[in-house]
Amino acid sequence: MSTTDFTWLIGGPQGSGVESGANIFSKVCAEMGYQIFGKREFYSNIKGEHSYFTVRISDENIHSNVNAVNLMVSFDAETIFRHFDEITSNGGIIYDSELENTSTDRVNTLDSPFKDRLHKFLESKNKPFTIAGVLEVAKENGVNLYPVSFKSLLQTLSEEVDNPRLRGLVRMYNVLGVSLSLGLIKMPSTSLVDSIDDIFSKKPKIAEINKQAANFSYNYASNNFENFNHTLTGVQKQPDTILVQGHFGTSLGKMVSGCRFQSYYPITPASDESVYLESNEILEIENGRPGSTIVIQTEDEISAIGMMIGAALTGTRSSTSTSGPGFALMTEALGWAGINEVPVVITLYQRSGPSTGLPTRHGQDDLLFTVFAGCGDFPKIVYASGDIEESFYDTGNCFNYADKYQIPVIHMMDKFLSSSVVTCKKFNPKKISIDRGKLLDKVEGEYKRFAFTDDGVSPRSKLGMDNGVFWNTGDESDEYGHITEDPQIRIKMMDKRMSRLDLALESIPVDQQSVSFGVHDYTIISWGSTKGPIIDAQAMLKKEGIDIGFVQIKLLHPFPTEYVKSLLKDAKVLIDIEANYSGQLGKIFKQNITREIDYYILKYTGRGMTSTEIYDSLKKIVQNTASKREILSHGA
Amino acid sequence: MALKLADYKTDVHNDWCPGCGDFGIVNALQMALFEMGIERDKATIFSGVGCSGKTSHFINTYGVHTLHGRVLPFAQGGKLANPDMTVVAVGGDGDGLGIGAGHFVAAGRRNIDMTYIIFDNGVYGLTKGQASPTLKLGEQTKSLPSPNTNSNVNPIGLAVASGFTFVARGYSYDVRHLKDLIVKAVKHKGLSFLDVLQPCPTYNDINTRDWYAGVDLAEESMERHSRIYKLEDTNFDPTVNYAGEVEVNEKLSQALIKSLEWGDKIPTGVFYQNELVSPFSTRLTDKIPNYLENPPAKQIISNAGLPTTDISKILDSLDV
Repeated sequence: MSTTDFTWLIGGPQGSGVESGANIFSKVCAEMGYQIFGKREFYSNIKGEHSYFTVRISDENIHSNVNAVNLMVSFDAETIFRHFDEITSNGGIIYDSELENTSTDRVNTLDSPFKDRLHKFLESKNKPFTIAGVLEVAKENGVNLYPVSFKSLLQTLSEEVDNPRLRGLVRMYNVLGVSLSLGLIKMPSTSLVDSIDDIFSKKPKIAEINKQAANFSYNYASNNFENFNHTLTGVQKQPDTILVQGHFGTSLGKMVSGCRFQSYYPITPASDESVYLESNEILEIENGRPGSTIVIQTEDEISAIGMMIGAALTGTRSSTSTSGPGFALMTEALGWAGINEVPVVITLYQRSGPSTGLPTRHGQDDLLFTVFAGCGDFPKIVYASGDIEESFYDTGNCFNYADKYQIPVIHMMDKFLSSSVVTCKKFNPKKISIDRGKLLDKVEGEYKRFAFTDDGVSPRSKLGMDNGVFWNTGDESDEYGHITEDPQIRIKMMDKRMSRLDLALESIPVDQQSVSFGVHDYTIISWGSTKGPIIDAQAMLKKEGIDIGFVQIKLLHPFPTEYVKSLLKDAKVLIDIEANYSGQLGKIFKQNITREIDYYILKYTGRGMTSTEIYDSLKKIVQNTASKREILSHGA
Repeated sequence: MALKLADYKTDVHNDWCPGCGDFGIVNALQMALFEMGIERDKATIFSGVGCSGKTSHFINTYGVHTLHGRVLPFAQGGKLANPDMTVVAVGGDGDGLGIGAGHFVAAGRRNIDMTYIIFDNGVYGLTKGQASPTLKLGEQTKSLPSPNTNSNVNPIGLAVASGFTFVARGYSYDVRHLKDLIVKAVKHKGLSFLDVLQPCPTYNDINTRDWYAGVDLAEESMERHSRIYKLEDTNFDPTVNYAGEVEVNEKLSQALIKSLEWGDKIPTGVFYQNELVSPFSTRLTDKIPNYLENPPAKQIISNAGLPTTDISKILDSLDV
């Protein structure tokens, strides 16, 4: 039985260190043996707008956030206004006592729709529009309040260590908040200073004063805060556990898979991956000279895909990473890669569209677009990962699909995954295989790049290889790659290219196509990052004796119709769960498996799903009180 | 066996219009590759889309006929991944200076060691003669419903301003001179640009072969009347000879001023050359020392189907 399931929230203005604070907190908890699921929410803004991080901590494997927050720490007023009502009874709020008289009007980043809702609520409770007002509500809800003046905390510390510079260091409020929280929950502080060293490894002086502040405020909380009934003193560490950020799966997967060229244009939430690859551009090679990934920041996404294709033609495993708007620009060249049978991998970190949409928020609204991207009929593979650990191995598979079927592969990720920080099983690079398909290392005799073969895949030369001269063109071509408009060749070439979709379906192992987490009368179908909250919700219902099935579809194009059909044959009620408006997987499902979807659980607020809200909707479905479309809305 | 000039030609039927200036360019390119003795499988011709885009099919080296406006991204990606190969990108002026203008400017900033040749004829030939970026304001070639309402791009000036380190102009009917320019451009260490004046006999009835030859001027004078002249026949020194702001600025501004010369006298030859600017490969080797010996295309990524990349240090740093 789980003894610990605790959610901590830290919030503050963008640029105030919310993220590094959360990283320190997560690291400390992970070091004490807990499993972590952390998630960052932020505005499209550099400094000033509200950002927050929730970290869920458990001694069991967890895969999602829940709605309830047990402890919130804030060093600004906005965090309290926006989140006070998420704290559970018996939970706590650590806040800066200097803020008590701050009214909503003083916080200019509170937008009016939110302010109007809050004012109405406070009016109904007969409370003033101030921090004191909302905290009274929290207190009435059974929340423990822990006021502390951050200013005097620093003042005392600066006197104690005789360092007057500390007094005005507002930038350290994040470390104070983290340490006060750890002190309150009695988390052993041994790894706190190490974590600070880690985070500030490039700035030892800053690390030093942060460590002083951390120890001081940790002790302050231990000595002064009372009556908090959550204590997290550490559990047995699970072996082979790592703490990873969202893009680590695909970044490290690319390194191991032998991706040696990545071009990209900056876009949220995809760029982190490219920046990380460049930061680690020199690679260690077993029994060999160092390798390297050439990472090129291009002038636009069109150039990014063009360069990637050019590099791939030299036989280099090549990739680009982008989000919806960037992928929209890439579609013409995607078709070029399709007609020229170029193996490339596009990692698509989705966010909320359309257009710029909610540029820093989550969404899974690009599935239909991706499956149908590009003009004309050409084969491509669309593949989606459900979590960070999976994305490491999937990256390896995607490069193999690209090489074996000589086809562009779009590997779908999303913002929910990219801004998560989680513990998971240490990646095992030996579980990734490398299959270059029919890539040649020498050519003898006459060579035809697009030679007709039984399986539709032609031996592949590469630019610069001895005797391997070939031509490419975006026009229809003959076997050499020269332009043709001959109707009979057109049929043969079209058939050759499109046949690779069947080949892929026949030869990709079924467990890579779709994964069943049990099938019952009520069974969920879904894809991508909803996996985590779904399996957690499934487990919650299981504890109540309610069995819900779940089939995760990973290969989205070509659609594994027969396999998915066979998995679902015993399911009576189908529930489609997706983070988009129109139930895009449902549309593809119905197109391929002429079968109705009974319920949809959808969310398009730009915030990721929690297991709580999926649980609630599933329960309504089982109790026959749900609407056909259950629309979720949790999250600030 | 030594290669012959004919070895650089394919037997693909060439469907350019009779008298097209493109023939001169493809001939000059084949002659240049032959003269430099570049093996067929060690060169790639990347091309854009349009009449000029077909060029890569007529040359018997690797040939990549890309997308309209996108030849430079494809070519740069290829060269970066396999720096041992000779890369020449070709395309029309609409391709490179209209739809692809952003790539043109960005390529200049990188200075990757390759060559870009623009087939400059003032019209979009393959779509039946619309005005292209180098057609002058107010000019009306024969299929335009009304005179051109846009000013022209100055390809030489734009190249110089964008950071190309070799900038030259050729004329497609002076094949030998053009061949020499291509050889110089390919041998240049860095990104070279060649603007090739190339009459479109079907759609551009203003900048015709006769016009470049100055036939209209000849009626007024018995002296040499070709509009085209060679900078090397004057005392124009295009080369940045030493690093220094004064020298660089002087050579840049003289190239820019020279690029504005048009009308009765049209300069060809090298406008600007600066080999003191680091090529992109040097910028890469500064941070990845073995990039040139072990570039992406040559790296061994697996052994018996298993990855050889060792990320254990990174993974260990993530341990909790």
